[in-house]
Amino acid sequence: MSPNDVLITGIGLVSALGEGVDAHWQKLTADRPQPVTDAERFAPYVVHPLPAIDWGLQIAKRGDQRQMETWQRLGTYAAGLALDDAAIKDEALCATMDMVVAAGGGERDEAVDSGILEASAARNDRGVLLNEKLTTDLRPTLFLAQLSNLLAGNISIVHKVTGSSRTFMGEEGAGVAAVETAAARIRSGQSSHMLVGGAFQTEHHDMLLGYELAGYLHRSPWAPVWQRQGAEGGGLISGSGAAFLVLESREHAEKRGRKAYAQLGTVFSDRIRRQKDDLASGIAALAARAGVADKPMLAISGASGAHAATAAEKQAFDATSGVSLRGFSSIVGHLKEAQFPFAVALAALAVHNRAAYPVFDAEVEKPFDGETGSVLATAVGYHQFEGMARVVAAD
Amino acid sequence: MKDHLGRPVVAVTGIGVITSLGVGKKDNWDALTSGRSGIHPITRFPTDHLNTRICGTVDFLETSSKGASPLTYDMAETAAREAIGESGLSSDDFGGPLFLASPPVELDWADRFSLYAAGKNGSAADRVLEIARDLKTLDIFETAQFGSIADRLADTLGTRGLPITLSTACASGATAIQLGVEAIRRGECDRALSIGADGSVTAEALIRFSLLSALSTQNDVPEKASKPFSRDRDGFVIAEGAAALVLESLESAIARGATVLGILRGCGERADDFHRTRSKPDGSPAIAAVRAALSDAGLSENEIGYVNAHGTSTPENDKMEHLSLSTVFGERIRKIPVSSNKSMIGHTLSAAGAVEAAFSLMTMREGVLPPTINYDNPDPAIELDVVPNVKRSADVSTVLSNSFGFGGQNTCLVLAREPV
Repeated sequence: MSPNDVLITGIGLVSALGEGVDAHWQKLTADRPQPVTDAERFAPYVVHPLPAIDWGLQIAKRGDQRQMETWQRLGTYAAGLALDDAAIKDEALCATMDMVVAAGGGERDEAVDSGILEASAARNDRGVLLNEKLTTDLRPTLFLAQLSNLLAGNISIVHKVTGSSRTFMGEEGAGVAAVETAAARIRSGQSSHMLVGGAFQTEHHDMLLGYELAGYLHRSPWAPVWQRQGAEGGGLISGSGAAFLVLESREHAEKRGRKAYAQLGTVFSDRIRRQKDDLASGIAALAARAGVADKPMLAISGASGAHAATAAEKQAFDATSGVSLRGFSSIVGHLKEAQFPFAVALAALAVHNRAAYPVFDAEVEKPFDGETGSVLATAVGYHQFEGMARVVAAD
Repeated sequence: MKDHLGRPVVAVTGIGVITSLGVGKKDNWDALTSGRSGIHPITRFPTDHLNTRICGTVDFLETSSKGASPLTYDMAETAAREAIGESGLSSDDFGGPLFLASPPVELDWADRFSLYAAGKNGSAADRVLEIARDLKTLDIFETAQFGSIADRLADTLGTRGLPITLSTACASGATAIQLGVEAIRRGECDRALSIGADGSVTAEALIRFSLLSALSTQNDVPEKASKPFSRDRDGFVIAEGAAALVLESLESAIARGATVLGILRGCGERADDFHRTRSKPDGSPAIAAVRAALSDAGLSENEIGYVNAHGTSTPENDKMEHLSLSTVFGERIRKIPVSSNKSMIGHTLSAAGAVEAAFSLMTMREGVLPPTINYDNPDPAIELDVVPNVKRSADVSTVLSNSFGFGGQNTCLVLAREPV
């Protein structure tokens, strides 16, 4: 034990299952956890939609809510849940709190974009058309509601987290790097307490397009992430959701008398050269670095369902006899930048509750009746970047 | 080899830069010290209906007309190769982590139009999606993935591990440097590559800033539009560029006999919770960021010889920056030269912090302060020695470089000529 151990003392979760730690634990440990899906609105794509949220519970001012599109509201909301959960919404504590947010971009104005595209059919001067429409139709503050670093900016404004504010971009890798950097800062004594996490709002055509420009989306009826090979489409079903963590040094948490859910071990990240090197071997090597051996271990997998990456992850862990995978994206969908923080959060809950999740896929996943004093969290990017960490008992 | 807090001292052993003034340190420095502006009329896209028709774009590369992602990548790689080349390290096996500040990416309108035109069924969004999923190459996909530019750079330059792409808006370039400094101080690596690159000037980007009233509309004489600290300043000039720094522990740099170009002595930051685009009226977050950088550097206010200002030429920034500097430095601020590179290169957004750190290092090495040009009508409320209009020789051993951005981002760097 060290005073600079990295403890997880607060968790904020939102997904199609609902919001908060308790709702997620209960629904994910039910006999047969059931996904919430919407197959109609974006057909042929299935999405895991946001639950009903009373934004005012975490974002008191209507004016602040109006300044954000759903993605920023979602992240700001989940960050507030994490801060409440850690009982750290205190002026002095938030003013010295450091923050790393994993973010993509926000929602464009689909009506404006569609109007421009439809008008383009009859125009050759598309550059002039763009100027004409964008100067008159864009809402002036929409830019800020879309800007990547403005999720962090809104968390500062709404929750007063102002020690420092950094935004990492880059799909799952951003989430991995955010958690890795936050943990490294605490471990080295650079920060005593940190807010880290991300949000993703998939219910917008552009958010689907981000995946579909490479054909990554699943276009068949819902199936668990491990059972989408060969189905029409690319295998990924996305979801709207968010995960934020409050990380604290052991010393800082003890001083203010806070119990932790769990301790976060070293985060191992990589950029496997998937064009040249075998992804499954790379994932196995990363798992070995993270301490996976041939003994029973629960692994909260961020597998997206994307065919190549998901098959490689499965292959890598099938070779390690003791690991029982839980592909949580089967239930809540792929949460992009929030994927790794979400995996770490679910791992922490299993450690904290000294209990494993039941299988999320009865045909592929193995039941687990071992100890959950050390649980693995993974995020193998649907296209690039990989990360893993072990979450262990805090004491 | 250790700093005042027992951490490894971080040296700079390579610098690369590209702006509207040209490619490479020499062209940029020559222009910058002769007071030449890179601001010009927009030619990349039509300017009908636009209030702002000037910019500091980089128009002389093959990728200049190919969209934000290809141009940003190209400038990042160009700057990185110059920096790594100067450091004497391998440019295809760099061997340290990569921290890239770059603009948030979006699907280019040219691609959006072509996908739409190829589609047949349903709403505009459906038509685009239908064509998107059957594209035979990843070219368009990669322009819209936030991690793609760093991924390609990592591949080409042989950086180690998972590359970090970050955004702290207009402070991004400084944050990229700060992340590299921190990684070396924590002992995670001996060297790091920090890059800020921004080639995102499109009609839509310009219109977005325009709608927030952030841009100068003084179109008539483009090179005169950016006038930081002047009474008639009316906004920033949107621009492009990139800079790269090879950061290295001083110990490692000396051990391999590298030339030390300067020291990254301190970094400080503080978030503002006041407003999405405006600073807290008392300037306390920017003040705290400057003080944090000084404290991190182990220097007192009396030990800063020059300030490379954020100096955007917006009414708000320059006023608030003056308030912060005069609060931290007191009466002495009148005697510290404070100049803004943006008077000549415009605001390079995500790249600005890195570009200006590069120029700060060159300022110390060359013993020449680049001027603030277009300083013809001083703002009487801002009493600063802005190095007006003409360069000045000066023996400077420490520089404060400021970067502030939307979303309450304030990041300051302290750079030094020598290790001690």
